Amino acid sequence: MTGTVSVRRQKIPKNNIRRRLLFFLLLAGLLMLAVTFAEQICPYDPNAQIFSTLEPPSAAHPAGTDRFGRDMLSRILVGLQTSVLSTLTLVAIITVVGTIIGVLCGHLGGMVDAFMMRVCDVCLAFPGLVFAMAIAALLHGGLQNAVIALAVISWPKYARIARSQTLALESTDYVAAARLAGDTSAQIIFRHILPNSAGPILVTAMLDIGTMMMELAGLSFLGLGAMPPTAELGNMMSGGRSMLQTYPWVIIGPGIAIFVAVVIFNLLGDTVRDYLDPRNSRRQSSANGKKEQEK
Amino acid sequence: MKHYVVRRLLQLIPILLIITFLSFGMMRLAGSDAVLQRMENTGMVVSQEVIDAARAELGLDKPFLTQYCAWLGNLLRGDMGTSYISGQEVFSTFISKLPATLLLTVVSILLTIVVSIPLGVLAAVKQNRLTDYVIRVASFLGNSMPNFFVALLLMYFFAIRLDWFPVISREVSLQNVILPALTLAIAMSAKYLRQVRATVLDELSKDYVAGAKARGVKFSVTLAKSVLRACLVTVITLLTLSIGSLLGGTAIVESIFMWDGVGKMAVDAINMRDYPMIQAYVMWMAIIYVCVNLITDLSYRVLDPRIRLGGAKS
Repeated sequence: MTGTVSVRRQKIPKNNIRRRLLFFLLLAGLLMLAVTFAEQICPYDPNAQIFSTLEPPSAAHPAGTDRFGRDMLSRILVGLQTSVLSTLTLVAIITVVGTIIGVLCGHLGGMVDAFMMRVCDVCLAFPGLVFAMAIAALLHGGLQNAVIALAVISWPKYARIARSQTLALESTDYVAAARLAGDTSAQIIFRHILPNSAGPILVTAMLDIGTMMMELAGLSFLGLGAMPPTAELGNMMSGGRSMLQTYPWVIIGPGIAIFVAVVIFNLLGDTVRDYLDPRNSRRQSSANGKKEQEK
Repeated sequence: MKHYVVRRLLQLIPILLIITFLSFGMMRLAGSDAVLQRMENTGMVVSQEVIDAARAELGLDKPFLTQYCAWLGNLLRGDMGTSYISGQEVFSTFISKLPATLLLTVVSILLTIVVSIPLGVLAAVKQNRLTDYVIRVASFLGNSMPNFFVALLLMYFFAIRLDWFPVISREVSLQNVILPALTLAIAMSAKYLRQVRATVLDELSKDYVAGAKARGVKFSVTLAKSVLRACLVTVITLLTLSIGSLLGGTAIVESIFMWDGVGKMAVDAINMRDYPMIQAYVMWMAIIYVCVNLITDLSYRVLDPRIRLGGAKS
């Protein structure tokens, strides 16, 4: 894993990116609104088994009904809520935990650093998803345990980024000046290191939302995440597997919902990356400094 | 080079020890041992003394580390215990199912290379033209679809609607491997395409390309001889990075297409809480993963003269 892939992006005018950023923020905002108020906006009770079973999509049921006679659209909305909220929780956990560990390692150095970095190496030595499956199986499934399993395999990436950021910042003149002026470790970390390393970490987190959402749904699909009757997109699709041939909407509806959510988060992530990319900035002088840190 | 290989092989030893130790520890953490499981399966109520005696017989009353060493000894002889469910030997079951998974992985990697390199190069050469945009949008969309959804869509359109392929693969054959391999290849190609395009763009802006052009070397020759080589390094890096998700992906895809490989075996074992099977799967996957990483690191040195000569490390 020594090689790195160099990605060269074209320089894009900043105004253009800002417009794109606003648009995708708006889209993501709408998605979040739909997710937050899923219970209020869904047309029927997602758990009520009151309709005829396996009805194809119609005006009354735009996404059809499932094998228990529940309205699919309502279940998709509530399932999206479960998926999106647990994914965001997961990403928040790994970002915070990874950053804390990485910054502390970079700042303290020595034994703590060496030990934690070996722990990272071990976590990265296992193939991610396989390891997550094993942990989730060990914890006997459940959405919460699936989140824990994915968190265990994902935090090292953030710890590494935060650590390398910290190391780069520790060697800058202004941190040295702050130290000479008598700032404590906490002051240096909170005033200088965290604000200056937030960018790359934020970009990584934004770009990870889509992937994490797919992986979490994948674990649920395998029966290692949310359990029925909880509506979750992965387990809804898993439950409809045998009906693909005759009642495809049971699968395709939730699939499209995941797809749309992931597309929105990925578009937003890409745009945030372009926005924070100093190469797209007009102020070239400050850009060069940041470019070094990113490496 | 020789020194490097030896050093890397030596580094492998502690990693393998940690992998086996964790796999063993996981099983213990699951709070289930062979004796309890056997008792549960027969449904008999037995006194604590009988259980203790059975544990002593199997060495389960000894300290953790002693047990680990005994287990490791058995492992070296290819004995990983027996399945709680089928009663068959874990190791031989695993080995018998491994070829199917390897076939699936190899075919999907080949498909990925066949799709992503030409399209990536094409997108780069036609930068900012319609072809480029179409390829990039397709790659973005492919990147945003969970593999189980891709699998089900492929199954729906190509197996159910068009009836080109069997819905469920009853046997391991080339016709049956296409859909599962395609599922895995779509996700990977989407990712690789972008990087191949970026690498080619990067490469094309370098001086040697202009130099070759000035000397009258045909563009296609430059592309084939120099630029493709750079792509290969990129693709190999990506393969290493995605081998983890590929191995995890095979589990999902195999269980959807009923492909009789280790991935499906693992998913079945997880659903049945068949811990020896899960343990074998996790451990061997980790070992395969580590070995693949080692091989790719070594192959960089062969492919990229800059690394081989110990020059600038990017």
